[in-house]
Parts: sequence; structure tokens; C-alpha cells
Amino acid sequence: MSDKKPISSVNDFVVRFANVNGSGSASANEMFARAILRHGVPVSPRNIFPSNIQGLPTWYEVRVTEDGHLGARGGVDMMVAMNPQTWDKDVAGIEPGGYLFYDSTKPMPSTKFRDDISVIGVPLTAIANSTYTDPRQRQLFKNIIYLGALSALLDMDPKLIEHLIGEQYKGKEKLLSSNVHALHLGRDWALQNLKCPIGLRVKKSDKVGDRIFIEGNSAAALGAVYGGATVCAWYPITPSSSVAEAFTAHCKKYRHDPETGKAKYAIVQGEDELASIGIVIGASWNGARAFTATSGPGISLMTEFIGLSYFAEIPAVIMNIQRAGPSTGMPTRTQQCDIIACAYASHGDTKHVLLFPEDPAEAFEFAAAAFDLAERLQTTIFLMLDLDIGMNHRLCRPLKWDDARQYDRGKIMTAEMLEEGRDFGRYLDVDGDGIPYRTYPGTHPTKGSYFTRGTSRDRYARYSEEGTVYADNMQRLVRKFETAQDLVPRPLQANAERPTKYGVIYFGSTSPAMDEAIGLLEARGHQLDRLRIRAFPFHSSVASFLAEHDFVYVVEQNRDSQLRQLIVNENGIDPVRLVPIVHYDGSPITARYIAKAIGDHQDHLKVTPLRKAVS
Amino acid sequence: MTYIAKPKFHHPGLKKNELGYTHRDYEGKISTLCAGCGHDSITASIIEACYELSIEPHRVAKISGIGCSSKTPDYFLGNSHGFNSVHGRMPSVLTGANLANRDLIYLGVSGDGDSASIGFGQFAHSIRRGVNMTYIVENNGVYGLTKGQFSATADRGSKSKKGVTNTDNAIDLVAIALQLGATFVARSFSGDKGQLVPLIAAAIGHKGASFIDVISPCIAFNNHAGSTKSFDYVREHNDAVNRLDVLVGRDPIAVDYAPGTVQVVEQHDGSKIALRKIDADYDPHDRLGAQTFLAKHAAKGQIVTGLLYVDPDAEDLHEHLNTVETPLNTLEADTLCPGSAALDKINASLR
Repeated sequence: MSDKKPISSVNDFVVRFANVNGSGSASANEMFARAILRHGVPVSPRNIFPSNIQGLPTWYEVRVTEDGHLGARGGVDMMVAMNPQTWDKDVAGIEPGGYLFYDSTKPMPSTKFRDDISVIGVPLTAIANSTYTDPRQRQLFKNIIYLGALSALLDMDPKLIEHLIGEQYKGKEKLLSSNVHALHLGRDWALQNLKCPIGLRVKKSDKVGDRIFIEGNSAAALGAVYGGATVCAWYPITPSSSVAEAFTAHCKKYRHDPETGKAKYAIVQGEDELASIGIVIGASWNGARAFTATSGPGISLMTEFIGLSYFAEIPAVIMNIQRAGPSTGMPTRTQQCDIIACAYASHGDTKHVLLFPEDPAEAFEFAAAAFDLAERLQTTIFLMLDLDIGMNHRLCRPLKWDDARQYDRGKIMTAEMLEEGRDFGRYLDVDGDGIPYRTYPGTHPTKGSYFTRGTSRDRYARYSEEGTVYADNMQRLVRKFETAQDLVPRPLQANAERPTKYGVIYFGSTSPAMDEAIGLLEARGHQLDRLRIRAFPFHSSVASFLAEHDFVYVVEQNRDSQLRQLIVNENGIDPVRLVPIVHYDGSPITARYIAKAIGDHQDHLKVTPLRKAVS
Repeated sequence: MTYIAKPKFHHPGLKKNELGYTHRDYEGKISTLCAGCGHDSITASIIEACYELSIEPHRVAKISGIGCSSKTPDYFLGNSHGFNSVHGRMPSVLTGANLANRDLIYLGVSGDGDSASIGFGQFAHSIRRGVNMTYIVENNGVYGLTKGQFSATADRGSKSKKGVTNTDNAIDLVAIALQLGATFVARSFSGDKGQLVPLIAAAIGHKGASFIDVISPCIAFNNHAGSTKSFDYVREHNDAVNRLDVLVGRDPIAVDYAPGTVQVVEQHDGSKIALRKIDADYDPHDRLGAQTFLAKHAAKGQIVTGLLYVDPDAEDLHEHLNTVETPLNTLEADTLCPGSAALDKINASLR
């Protein structure tokens, strides 16, 4: 029936589930991904969902990747088409030679299929309806039935799935056994009626190691718990809400006094983003570690306070889980589009520290570090996640914590220091690093109090509109930002095997796709040195990297090449040498996309000698 | 430079409070507001209240927004930390500060532009959360610092200095505070120190969201005929529901008043408020009654002043959140960080 040879691949393929939002498919799909992990085979799943609760199309894509390529691949080898609304598009999206899995209860006209793919029909509804009478059960178990059928088709070990079901429904015996039953209904039907396995197979391996499977938002929230955040104020916004929700859950578990049951944290759902950042600023001013989590529209609302944090020098941590803008944009799609908005947030001359974690493990580390940096630098620290890292489970190295680590509370002048007669000027640069001392409110009866304001003031926090006094303070803020360069996570460089005059700069969630793209580019004969930027302000090694290469590609997920703009602006270099590679359709960037874009540019750059070209 | 430090000399015989502080210890810098500004009278009342309560000056955090009123925290409690934050955002900043350290006294100073217009939302939400604070609005019905535009508390029909008539309805912050569940609601007049000082003292002693609307005529832009926030207008239309005194500890001052006209309310912190009743029917524990009373008098063009409502057993945000008694800003890694052993378990659960 197929005029193209079916794809044959072990532990390297993409399965995409097309579902209807709210049909209960998410947990079955996630179980599918986890089951493959239990085979020792890395997976990289991605939720593609609408800004809606019920009824609209949603997809879940699982990249099975023995080689550990965790970026999105592009293309679909097997489509599990459970949504009639998107059928045509879903079928069209299957790679030639790929597989279509569908519910064959209702006959479909042959025009609805393709000749170059393998079509696998399983009467899921019929099986569910003959087993269950309750409509809700019919719907929910249909998901588990297709999971069972897939396990047979892909040669998966059913025991591993049963084990997962056992963990999920521990202590709920009835649910456990009914789920296992549904799994076998699907599996047995497939084994009896279909040729199993198909060309795509899962084979046990040992490539997962001790890695963990966690969403970036949850990891960042855990970083806030470990980093000592005690105040969290937030306003619900996709894709950041799960940060605050995870922080709440983690705190409930780890932050209650065992004796009194009282909470060693305070979480407030603000009336809007203005209140959320206001609460963070108030708490930080008063010496607590505080943060908020938001996304682009929230950042826009917070900018006045961010300027206050910069100018009055009040610590704050803002986790920005970026989504596609501008305006409401695409709330459930990923982008790295707030780089400029955050780097220079607020009116007047401002600059802010940005951290760019590449995965949940770094989200955890950088979140914890953000609180040290905020208190050390007495300013806002942005943790720049995006939807791709934040809301998807990602395989990453285990989270680590050194029990000897103390929090860096920054330069705090205590009552004892004031008693000793130390000169306290709130905006006095005593160490030459641009960072002044601060006192907490209530420190001393007669010494160390000051008036915090967003207006201009002198080194002793006294109101002043003198031009020289204002400029002196603004210059010190520049010095402080220079100090930040050496405190933030440094860029990581990886050089090509052979010396090359071409380099590539990338950051954040682009990381796995970029790493994979390097392999593809090398196969095309292109050598590139890589620099992964992990923070702004840029460390001096960024300037060195630019100086060492003729052309540097800057790969990012926004239209206007914002990181490139920032690099050009901050380093004062010729923009021609920085080639933008941008991807901004709201889907995560892929290795194929990067390799093609850079490869094509490289091909254009390379002048083939005439003799060779004509011979 | 527009700030002026106050000379520290004072009369050696100046009276001292329980803690040994004089009035001067509660003062701040010299005000740069217009001479005769109602706000300066409120500043004087705050100083007086804190002196009488024998509060340690540095244990107060003064937080304000933007505007003439919001400048005033610089003019009192010079040994306290102050925060002149963002226009309309005092309530959120104060809420955060309060969460960080529940042991300080929080004094929020705002104006009618700050709280009834740009910050109306924050005013409302801080009240409904029950933040333990004293929230004072210095209400002059006008934007003074930008030279005389109407604010949202300006009465409909009132005239600006330039002769423009206000056609928008006024917001009565006291009515709103009552509706939102404030557990201490009062109104006073900047020119009535005898009423205002005990109200501020009682509000500070109250555990929960205390709100005081203080009508404070703007002598530059809102003290003319046609204004409903001028000294003359307020004096003529003021209807005080009660007079009160705050009794700290076991101060026997209550005996000064004839029985039957004094009602003593004991607050959560042990302080007592003695209400010298002017209106015999007025019950300050009845929220619904207060709302009706206010509405009836407003219809007659009367400005009700005094303590309108108090719930002596109020709870605050910390109780709602069940936070530890120790201020959160003093907690360190040893109590906040779950440690590597817990992290290993978390890792194990994510495989």
C-alpha cells in the first residue's frame, strides 16, 4: 500500500500525539515519554497547547533520541491522530515513510490517508465502549488503550509501563488495576490484529544515566527555595504561573516549622503585576529575599518599579518565563523576545542583570544564585527562562547543593558596625566597586536610618537636584554594573577541532538544538567555535571571542536579533561581523533550522577557486 | 537643595516619655511644603502620637507613594527608615515590607491622588488583605504638586481655584475602606489635633488594616470659596461621631470623663481606646451601621469624623498566611534551605 519504504529506526524517531484539549490525554502521553526513559533511552517531550482550557487542539511531541539530542527535531515519524479537527494537517505533517496511528472505530474515506505512509487503525472507541459504560471512563481509558497499543507496535516492555502506573496510583488500588487492565486491552488487540513491532522501535539502552526529568519552572522554584526566598508575590500569567505554584508546593513540603507548623515563607497572589513587584521591592528593602515570576506583559507593567530598583538600589529577583510577543502575542508559544525589554527596562538610563539558563538544572542553579546576586548588587536580577524550558519536562543532570554554602547577603551595615562608628552613607562607594552599604529598617535607635527614594540624592541619601551630585551617582551605578560582569555566570566556550575564523553565539533554550546543529554542520564541512552566553552584562570573554573570529553567528529565538543588538551596543563593534540567525514562529528552534541557516551562509562565504569549479 | 536639616538644640527641660525620648526625637527634617499646609499639621499629630505611645522611633517604617503627602515622611521620625516609593504603590511596598519583618510598625502615608486615583487598586487590595498597618490618606481633593488639578475625592460640583466645576462623582475612601473590610476606619481633619492624635495612636495600636482619611486643606490650590475641602467648609460641615483618647497600659486617664459618656475599647495589643461619645447612638463595632451612618450624613452634606469602626479582635495578613513569629528577614540558610539530602530524594523522585 505504501510506495515509500517505511521508516526503520531504533531509538531515534519522533512521535506526535494530536489531541483535543481537556480530553485527559496529557497524563497518558507523559506516561509514554516516561516509559521510554525507563528503557534507558533519552526523550525530549514538548507540549504544544492553545491558550484555552477545553476543546481546542493540543499536541504532545516526543522525540526519542538515543544520542541525547534534546532540542526539537522537526518532522514527525509517527502521528497519533486523535483529533478530527486537525486531521488533515496532522496527516500532511508525517514524514514520507512514516506512520499514522488512528482510531478506526468509524471508517474513514481513503482520500483521508496518504499512499506514502503506513496507516495503523485501532478501534479505540469500540474497545473502550465495549468495556466501560461511564462516558468519562470511556474517554480517559481510551488514552491508556492507545498507550497499550503503541507499546506493542514500538516493542516496548509493558512491565516498565505497569511499574509507572503503579507509582502514579500508589495506594489507589482500584485505579491502578483498572489502568493496567486498559493498557493490556490496547496492547493485546494490537498484538492479535497488527504486525508488531513496526519499523520504529524502542530498545533498552543505558543512555539516561542519573539524569532527572523535570520542568524548568519547577526547577527554578526549587532554586528559589534553596536560595532562601521567603517572599513570593505573583500574578497568574502563562507560561509563568507554574513557577509560583511549584514554589508553593515545595514550600509546603520543606518550609514549615516541624513544631509549630508555621510557614517560613509568605506567598501573595497580587492583584496585578504592579503589586507583585511592589511587594517584592518592599520585602527586599526590608531585608527578605523576594521574587516574582511573570512573562512579557508582566514585565511591561513592572518597568516603573524596575527603574526604582535600579536607581534606589533595592534587590529584586524577577523570573521571566518568556512567550511570543508583542502585546498578548502567542501566550502559549515560546520565544526569547524580552532581551532588550529586560536589559534596559524602565525610563532613563538603566541596565539590568540577566541570567540565561539553558535547562532546568541551570534554572535551579541560577535561580538560587539570583538571590545572592540581587543582594550583593542591590538591584534587579532577571532569570530569563522561556516556555520551552519552563513548561516542558527536560532531561538534565541531577540538581546539586553544597551544604556548606551560605547565602551572600551583600553589604549590610549592622548595629554593631554603626556602634563602632563606621561612616554610613547609603550611596557611598567605600570599596571602589560601586556597591554601597545598606541598613535594614529598625537596625539602630539613632544611627543608620535613611530615606529611600526614586528621586536624585547625594551619597548620604539626602535629596539633591545638583547636576554633579546626580552624575556622580549615575557614574557609580556604571561602576557597579562593571562589577557585576565578574559576578555573573561566565560564558562557556567550546572550540571546533580545527582552528576556524567562524564562531557562533547562542543562549538559553537554543542550547540543545545548537549542540546538535554543530554535528550537522561539521558533517557539511563547516567548523565553528561556540560561545554560550549565560548572563548580561557580558564578560570580557565575549569581546575576545568576537575579536578572534571574522564572522560570528548569533542564534536566537526572536525576530529582531535582540541579543545581537545588545552585543553590538555594549561592545561597540561592527554589526556586519555579527550574522543574525533568528527563529521566531513560536515553535522551539531546531538543529535542522540552525544547520541550514548557518550552512547556507557559510556556503555563500566560501569562494570556490575557479579552476576547481570548472573542472 | 530643598531639604533642610533641623537644628538639634532643644530646651533642657523638655518633657520626656516613658522611654526617655522628647518630642524632638520624633521629628524629622524641616518641611518644604507651603506654609500653613494641612499636611504639616498631620505630621505634627503623627509626632505627637508616636511620642505619647513611647514608640522607639527606629522601629517604625514609614512608607509613602508620590505627591505632597508622600513627601511628609521625611518630616517626622528622622531616625526611622522611610521609603518614598512609586506613585500609587505605597500599599504594595508596605505589604512586602510587612511580610519581611512583622516586628516593625508600618506607617503608610498617601494622598488622595495616590490612593483614590492611580493607586485605587492597591489601596483596596492592601485593605482587603488585612495588612497590619496604619494607612493615612492626607486628603485635599487636589493635585498640589502639579498645581491644582482635581483629584478623585473632589466633590461633584466643587470649584477649582481656576473656577472649573468638577463634574465627576467623588470617591469616599472611608466608605470604600469599610466595604473592603478594614478593621479600623476613621476620618479626621488636619486642623483638629485633639481628635487626630488619639486616632493615629489608636490606629498604630490596632493589629490589622487601620485606615484614616484626614481632610487636609491645600492652602495653595484648594482653600477657596467653592472648595469642599477648605478649612472653612470642613469646619462648618464636620459632624464628629466621637472623641477618643488612647490609654497606654494602665494609664488612669479614663477617670477624667464622666461615666456613661465614655466607652473603653481594649485592643489586641492591650492598649485601650476611650471613646467620648458625642452621638449617643453611635456604635463603633457595627460595620453595617457605620456604612449607613456615613451615607446618611453624606446625603446631608456632612462630613463625619471620628472613629467609625473598629474590630478589636482583627486578624492580620501574617495570621492568614500562618507565618512564623520570627521575622522572615532574619532567617538564614540553616532554616530555609532543605539541604543536599532532601535534594537527592527529589532527584530520585524525578527519574
